[in-house]
Amino acid sequence: MGFLSTVPATERTDAHPDHDHYVSTTVYGSALAAEEIPRFEMAEEEMPARLAARFVHDELLMDGNPALNLASFVTTYMEEEAEKLMVDNLSKNFIDVEEYPALGEIESRCVNMIARLFNAPLHDKDSEALGVSTIGSSEAIILSVLAAKKRWQNARRAAGKSTEHPNIVMNAAVQVCWEKAARYLEVDEKYWYCRPGQYLADPKEIIDLVDENTILVCGILGSTYTGGYEDIAKMSDLLEERNKKLGTDVWIHVDAASGGFVAPFVRPDLLWDFRVPRVCSINASGHKYGLAYAGVGWAVWRNTDFLPREILFTVNYLGSPQVSFTLNFSKSAVQVIGQYYQFLRLGKAGYRAIMTNLQKTADYLAEQVVRIADGNMFELMCAMEGQGLPLVAWRIKANKHYDEFAIARHLRSRGWIVPAYTMAPHAEQIKLLRVVVREDFSRHRCEVFVRDLKDAVDFLDKTPSEIIQHLAKAHKDNAKQQAHRSAKVTHHHENKSLQAKHGKTHGVC
Amino acid sequence: MALSKHIDPASLLAAARAHPHHRLIHREHRDIHEGSYASRFEADMEVPKFKIPQTGVSSKAAYQIIHDEMDLDGSPLLNFASFVHTWMPEEANKLMMENMNKNFADQDEYPATQAIHTRCISMLGDLWHAPKGEAIGTATTGSSEAIMLGGMAMKRRWQNKRKEQGKSTQAPNIVFGANAQVALEKFARYWEVEARLVPVTEEGNYCLDPHDAIKYVDENTIGVMVILGSTYTGHFEPVSLMAELLDEYEKKTGIDVPIHVDGASGGFVAPFAYPSYKWSFDIPRVCSINTSGHKFGLVYAGLGWILWRNEAMLPKELIFELHYLGSTEYTYTLNFSRPSAPIIGQYFNLLNLGFEGYRRIIQADLKNARLLANALELSGYFKVLSNIHVPLPKTAEGLVGAAQKAVGAVPDPDDAEAYMKGLPVVSFRFADEFKKQYPYVKQVWIQSLLRNKGWIVPNYNLPPALSDVEILRIVVRESVSGDLIERVLADLLEITESLMSNPDVSMLMAAFSGQLSLRAEAHNGRVTKAKDDVTPSNTHTYAREC
Repeated sequence: MGFLSTVPATERTDAHPDHDHYVSTTVYGSALAAEEIPRFEMAEEEMPARLAARFVHDELLMDGNPALNLASFVTTYMEEEAEKLMVDNLSKNFIDVEEYPALGEIESRCVNMIARLFNAPLHDKDSEALGVSTIGSSEAIILSVLAAKKRWQNARRAAGKSTEHPNIVMNAAVQVCWEKAARYLEVDEKYWYCRPGQYLADPKEIIDLVDENTILVCGILGSTYTGGYEDIAKMSDLLEERNKKLGTDVWIHVDAASGGFVAPFVRPDLLWDFRVPRVCSINASGHKYGLAYAGVGWAVWRNTDFLPREILFTVNYLGSPQVSFTLNFSKSAVQVIGQYYQFLRLGKAGYRAIMTNLQKTADYLAEQVVRIADGNMFELMCAMEGQGLPLVAWRIKANKHYDEFAIARHLRSRGWIVPAYTMAPHAEQIKLLRVVVREDFSRHRCEVFVRDLKDAVDFLDKTPSEIIQHLAKAHKDNAKQQAHRSAKVTHHHENKSLQAKHGKTHGVC
Repeated sequence: MALSKHIDPASLLAAARAHPHHRLIHREHRDIHEGSYASRFEADMEVPKFKIPQTGVSSKAAYQIIHDEMDLDGSPLLNFASFVHTWMPEEANKLMMENMNKNFADQDEYPATQAIHTRCISMLGDLWHAPKGEAIGTATTGSSEAIMLGGMAMKRRWQNKRKEQGKSTQAPNIVFGANAQVALEKFARYWEVEARLVPVTEEGNYCLDPHDAIKYVDENTIGVMVILGSTYTGHFEPVSLMAELLDEYEKKTGIDVPIHVDGASGGFVAPFAYPSYKWSFDIPRVCSINTSGHKFGLVYAGLGWILWRNEAMLPKELIFELHYLGSTEYTYTLNFSRPSAPIIGQYFNLLNLGFEGYRRIIQADLKNARLLANALELSGYFKVLSNIHVPLPKTAEGLVGAAQKAVGAVPDPDDAEAYMKGLPVVSFRFADEFKKQYPYVKQVWIQSLLRNKGWIVPNYNLPPALSDVEILRIVVRESVSGDLIERVLADLLEITESLMSNPDVSMLMAAFSGQLSLRAEAHNGRVTKAKDDVTPSNTHTYAREC
């Protein structure tokens, strides 16, 4: 038996709702897809979540492909399981330790693991290491400088001496955050400058810069320019002597942003960490060779003597006091979870396997680069075979009518981001190209890259110099225009930084 | 045997593992690469805690171990203590995850992310009445970084001005209410600026009273930080009154003291709930404003914003110029490499919700907060210190008063503008009458007992000069629905009544709460112990969760 249905009159079915009221099954069939999306002012009306997500997604297609970004040290690949853990915990606030005790526990485990990896002295209670997770090495370095400055001030005050004009001694090839830390915390910068052929601080020369107002010496484990490691152990010995001579108590902070998770696995015998007597603190970026996504760094101090009380804050959460030493407060928890995942998942063996592979890939790439044009084209600027970070830096040694920047531009048209930059101050006439070998830059991808690099050289060899000059100029103009279009600030002309004084270009890290 | 004896679980497990039976197992030969649960294969494998293990485990096992560990965390939904947002739509989750591997500092590589950042700044500027084409700003990790950047710019401007005048730059100070979040104190200490805390009073709504604050201002004051939305009671500190008093002060003395508005919570509340309220760049003295995208901006933790009125507010020496692949970038941040995902999440919200959407959500938050506040007061047990549930006096603020009259005696329950202004926060304490009648009931027990039911409702002291007053606080976020309010209210009343009715329960509670705090200290293991050694007694400060 069937139901009787009425067929409505055409009059009733033909009612035309407004176009806006159509429920569209596709994103691009909706009325909103035919309109401009709000760019500089909020729209009055709402937009369905599906549409908003799609529009933002489409917008982001204009970004570069993280996997082809050979400029950056920052991790661009993690396993699916790690990503799932991270998305599950997106809604948690890291500092809310009372509410999320497991997060606090995980941070403390990571600090423990890292302190032990860096051979922190833990033989008795008085010498236990202390550490903290940060957003990245910038925060870690600012915190370390802050602690060193307070410590120096306290010592000077106790001795009845002036606390004006503290300084930091460092190589001018430091990452920009050291300049930032110095300028923002009102500490003078005392630089050792490199010279052609010598890009890592000469231990004797840099330690000779130390005076009674020096709050800290910075040692770099993994220069962003050439990947080399500075001789921390030698610096420590010389500093010991210098301290005796001047009657000072200056310590070394090791900026191991990139090298902190490489050296312990590739060169376990290299003395650079807390085994070196004068090292008081170390920072490392979890989001570089720590293999976590952007947003996690670590700072570790030798013991509590290096963290003056007045810079620590005790915050009281529901009855459990927490000592905190950070610049940021509320922050995402997922990066620290990602870091712990990697420690657990990989173990030392896993890290060693990855780092060794990276080193092999870097050595292979270096070999191939040098071999181009029968060895007459390029010259390596980096240390190989695990003597430094797994990166390859090289420059043109042949006499050519184009420079490294032209090669970078040409590679970019193939999707590869390979930075060309000038050397640190006082060697800025030297131009370089640099490839950072990250976990996801496999041997296979490396081979494709070498092919494209060879093509680029062939192409540029055949291109008349007028065209190359024209392209360089067009690129420059275009960059200016782009900045203008996106309403970025472009008319500040500062004159204080190394960049302004020496034209230092900062390698992305 | 003493009941209070502390047994260390780690040593207990170690002793248990030393059983002769276990010694026969070759630990080197463990094969756990397939199973998710390592324990299915070896019960005696310890999860590595203090040292990176020699060999790793499969990705599945690593996932499961950490996943299970995370289950020990509280539920973000039931966390009424925090302002930080805990829910976003599926689409936003997906979008953020897709972009998890992008580094925001890598400006040249990710131009689309940069464009999105610029648009967010522009929209915020518009929302806060910033002068068009002049305002400038940046995303930060949270309001702490933003406040430090804002404070540092004020300090540098003051230093430059003083140097020009040939005066000393030795003793800068900054003025803010004692109710300030810990970030403000942190800024003062780290950047060597004397913090002049203005004590709070009951008449001053438990937050900065401009008439008191002006007494703390002098030629060495780099600025006044006014908090839009006190974290204690949700009251808005009166920005316009502070500006008027500082205008008068400038007329008298010629000293120009700027205002930074800490709109960590209020920056995304006031423009939507109270569109006509004056607090932002429409007051000329306001030089900079910060807010947390991860509070009422409705994004997950890890995002703040700061805007300055114009470039002149940012001394040039603080700006860093980065050259990279032919393009020039200018930055002013404390963090460098950081995730892009939160910024993308913010833009998603701005598109998805629009002005109307944000307004609807904040109206709903405020409505739920009023419901709870009214119910608590009606119970007679509690006095509510926040006042967003109090209707505006009829005469106040012309238009609204008139509109209200037109509606009748009962104000429109959905319009926040008919009530006192503030954040959707309910702060309450035992009523005086209740305290007199049941002197043995301690307010802090409510916190512990609610916690046993899964609710996180903190109990803490007000700032000086009212630090002997304890309050309980509930933050009504987007995910705190009317239904949750009903549930928490029922539990609150039940707990209170059980404490009232039975002095024995109270005795038990007194013993129990002592134990609770012990446990809290123990759960962090050895690091807390190490940290405790350095706990500075003089820096003890009550931080309000935010």
